[in-house]
Amino acid sequence: MTLTELANPTRFLSLATRLLPWLAVATAVLLAIGLYQSALAPDDYQQGATVKIMFIHVPNAWLAMFVWGVMSVASLGTLVWRHPLADVAAKTAAPIGAAFTFLALVTGSLWGRPMWGTYWEWDARLTSVLILFLMYLGLIALWRAVEDPSRAARAAAVLTLVGAINIPIIKFSVDWWNTLHQPASVIRMGGSTLDKSFLTPLLVMAVAFSLLFITLHLAAMRNEILRRRLRTLQMLQASRPAALP
Amino acid sequence: MMSLGPYAFFIVASYALVAAVVLVLIVWIAVDHRRVRTRLHALEQAGVARRSGRGATDKT
Repeated sequence: MTLTELANPTRFLSLATRLLPWLAVATAVLLAIGLYQSALAPDDYQQGATVKIMFIHVPNAWLAMFVWGVMSVASLGTLVWRHPLADVAAKTAAPIGAAFTFLALVTGSLWGRPMWGTYWEWDARLTSVLILFLMYLGLIALWRAVEDPSRAARAAAVLTLVGAINIPIIKFSVDWWNTLHQPASVIRMGGSTLDKSFLTPLLVMAVAFSLLFITLHLAAMRNEILRRRLRTLQMLQASRPAALP
Repeated sequence: MMSLGPYAFFIVASYALVAAVVLVLIVWIAVDHRRVRTRLHALEQAGVARRSGRGATDKT
């Protein structure tokens, strides 16, 4: 199946319906393995058992940025290629991305209280992620405020692409500024500094959460396509001449 | 039994919150799917059809 064929919403619905059960099972299995490995992981010599929070905090933080990346690519699809599924993809990714960002902020906060002695610090990493969360909420509000889906899609696409500037700021904030948040320890030049006993459960959880995003996103896109068909049918019904008594 | 030490509250709260939010996302999407399909079927039953003549929930 080519990308052009996939651009057809009906073909996309067919593919999504076939894939969703397999993706859901794969997500559940990987999450179970990841949780089991996280439970068995040893305590860190400095963080103690709070290192277990990292196994959920880090995947959520990665996905918070990744989902905005997906929305940015979809926004290009909306503005440049006018791909029929592009704004469906961007619109439905936003609430899921907002949820991941919220979880990254709160789990980070719950880790920070015992380790840093504070739930919150206005350092560059934490503040830029909070801005990302607010941008997600702004986009969701924009889509709800504009009734015409194509007008909302174009405005949201521009806002998404402007907001994408925040992603490298988040990623490199720990290098560019003196932050309380620690620098990168997994994706960095020279390889990971994590011991295998922590790296393995972290990567398994990262793949599991990525699969969770793909599953939820496909399901949400399917709903949005059906909702647009519903809107078309409702308009068709409203335009019918009323039956005479 | 796994020991979480003095910071058990923070660890358990983190995992519980993630589980709750993920569950809310799954339920929200599932309920939304059911609601949209129900409304589409109701319109089709009322004789409102797509220009192609196919059902709105058709996947082929």
